[in-house]
Amino acid sequence: MFHDADALLLARLQFGFTVSFHFIFPAFSIGLASYLAVLEGLWLKTGKAHYLDLYKYWLKIFAVVFAMGVVSGIVMSYQFGTNWAVFSDRAGPVIGPLMAYEVLTAFFLEAGFLGVMLFGMKKVGRNLHFFATLMVAIGTFISAFWILSVNSWMQTPTGHELNADGQFVPAAGWLPIIFNPSFPYRLVHTVIAAYLTTSLVVGAAGAWHLLRDAKQEHARTMFSMAMWMAALVAPVQVFVGDLHGLNTLEHQPAKVMAMEGHFQSHAEGAPLVLFGIPDDETQTMAHSIEVPRLSSLILKHDLDAPLAGLDTIAPENRPPVEVVFWSFRVMVGLGFLMLALGAWSLLARARGKLYDWNSLKRFAVLMGPAGFIAVIAGWITTEVGRQPFTVYGLMRTAESASPLAAPAVGASLVAFVVVYFAVFGMGSWYLLKLMSRAPQPQEPEPDNTPAHAAGITPAPALATGAAGRETPHG
Amino acid sequence: MADTTLLTLVWAALLAFAVFMYVVMDGFDLGIGILFPVFGVGKERDTAMNSIAPVWDGNETWLVLGGGGLLAAFPLAYAVIMSALYAPLVAMLLALVFRGVAFEFRWRDPGHRAFWDYAFTGGSFVAAFMQGIMLGALLQGVQVEGRAYAGGWWDWLTPFSLLTGAGVVAGYSLLGACWLNWKTEGETQAHARRLMRILAPLTLAAILAVSLATPFLGNQYFERWFSMPRVLFTAQVPLVIAILTWRFIRSLRRNYELAPFVLTLAVFGLSYVGLGISMFPYLVPNSITLQMAAAPPSSQAFMLVGAALLIPVILAYTAWSYWVFRGKVAHEGYH
Repeated sequence: MFHDADALLLARLQFGFTVSFHFIFPAFSIGLASYLAVLEGLWLKTGKAHYLDLYKYWLKIFAVVFAMGVVSGIVMSYQFGTNWAVFSDRAGPVIGPLMAYEVLTAFFLEAGFLGVMLFGMKKVGRNLHFFATLMVAIGTFISAFWILSVNSWMQTPTGHELNADGQFVPAAGWLPIIFNPSFPYRLVHTVIAAYLTTSLVVGAAGAWHLLRDAKQEHARTMFSMAMWMAALVAPVQVFVGDLHGLNTLEHQPAKVMAMEGHFQSHAEGAPLVLFGIPDDETQTMAHSIEVPRLSSLILKHDLDAPLAGLDTIAPENRPPVEVVFWSFRVMVGLGFLMLALGAWSLLARARGKLYDWNSLKRFAVLMGPAGFIAVIAGWITTEVGRQPFTVYGLMRTAESASPLAAPAVGASLVAFVVVYFAVFGMGSWYLLKLMSRAPQPQEPEPDNTPAHAAGITPAPALATGAAGRETPHG
Repeated sequence: MADTTLLTLVWAALLAFAVFMYVVMDGFDLGIGILFPVFGVGKERDTAMNSIAPVWDGNETWLVLGGGGLLAAFPLAYAVIMSALYAPLVAMLLALVFRGVAFEFRWRDPGHRAFWDYAFTGGSFVAAFMQGIMLGALLQGVQVEGRAYAGGWWDWLTPFSLLTGAGVVAGYSLLGACWLNWKTEGETQAHARRLMRILAPLTLAAILAVSLATPFLGNQYFERWFSMPRVLFTAQVPLVIAILTWRFIRSLRRNYELAPFVLTLAVFGLSYVGLGISMFPYLVPNSITLQMAAAPPSSQAFMLVGAALLIPVILAYTAWSYWVFRGKVAHEGYH
């Protein structure tokens, strides 16, 4: 069924597939955990049950997202070894400790407090529960910190040397490794992306319910908060994205050439290729629509600046333009649509019509999945743009893979695809089902909140089943 | 071959601790998954599920620490072992996907609850079985050339690895039943006690069979157990297991609630010590020692700082989380 020569490609497909699928969940849960912390904080501060309702509503959704994130994440922690054994052996001394720190500082924190966050409201009191929510939210952020440091080191490796076994080992301390040149930009860009993704989902859910009933109080709050977020953060993201791009130009110029579709060098002012059909075989761009000199203006802040193209890069070191060119355009295009949504909502708000304009609500519903698509497109851009290397400029993807037979990799790839689509497809369906129901006053807790037979739970509440369940106490 | 440095020994101990914590903490919740079909639909299943819902996620994190820690402290061993155990590892990961999401999905979709209950059981069973198979496959040895795995992708499948697989399934099931004996009451508890009476002899038989087979696998296991003066020390392991077994039977007769769980964990702990006796100082039998696989001291030291500071904190808040959900569990969520 598979040939041995395909083993590398299959291994790449498998990693790309499992990591893309996985990242969908943290992209949502990083933002959602912070949103939940804000909601619970507002509830504690104002005492308004309204915020508690919203908290419980999104908590149920968070639980499902988080479960999918955890199980797809465990897969990732073993994928390095199963499919990229040589890479693990050689880069392990540098990236391994960073990932171990992720487990120690983030995963345990999230998992340890998640139980209390989901099921402990009645057991630990309000303040301690809020503390648990905060710990989970902080945990998601710390996790992003470490794993993005790892990824950034693979993109812009610094602070290492090679030992006798050919392993990358720290040269002088860990700070140059952790805070490698692309890390700050990638971290900020990714965390903001997670916040935007969440605000678009929350906004879409709010808009959906407002389209049915413009007076729904909970939907109004959700929609308003989400639109504030989009309006304030989307412009910041465009700015940060630009900085990230300039950083990439400095450290990984070939990636930017691929993003821009610049096969040829331009001695005097490079054009911005808006669209075109790139061809890696012939290294040409067909049917391109270009704006003269704009690329030089964006990348060099000078209309006449010369810009090198892929013709200056050795053929065996060129990334595949056909993928990167398109994924970059998808990401940027969606980013500008997010900007438009934010601006439109500001206009509506200024006119006092935020909850009235149905076209705005419909646009917000349409933009619900935009964050996920943009995030995946962005990752494809940066990861495929790093090719043909795993450790940029130092270790090739072709020499990183495990010594596995193609049938083994192929069979497991098929298994991952089938299981992920089935299981996470069902999970997404449940998420949509949860979101399709409007939040209610006296929003119930997660169904599976465990009751205890003796000791802590007031006996009458047990005897009568539902009695007293809605009163928050603490 | 250089002697094992102290730093490497500390990391070996820490990783051994992480893997044992995983077995202690996830063993019982996988066991409950395996036993799920024999529980009554409705009240009994809901009780069993509720008893582990708040903690399973933290329990599984120890597995991530085991994998991540191995990569960080012993990258060569991580690379070789993960390639050698490719098929059972992927099967375990996919099984964990099914059982992990079942915790949420069975409540979200009452119409398909029966399906997700099967996913929970199937996932738990396969995960436990594969963990046992991987243990056996590693014990029997894997083929290594240079710095890479050199065997085929079915090498792990042998009668011995099937035996260790079955042993882990039986052992985790016993832990699950003991946990329910502790955390539930009434009919569910009585049911758990009946299961313990069946599962305890099965587990013990598996431990015995694996122990008898191991010295004859080669890899110098025989010498490590039976050469003088080592045998004076190693002989204590089966002896203590025998004493623990007697205490277990007594605690079962007297209907103790917590003791059987603790005693089962102690038996697991001793089996684990036995495993250490067989393997040390190798991580991959006969080919890769701890020291050969060790990351440079700068990597190990950097992580040790974090581990020394953070593991006590992790243990503290994990204990707190268990404390919050202490006591007997009932079947009713607040619906």
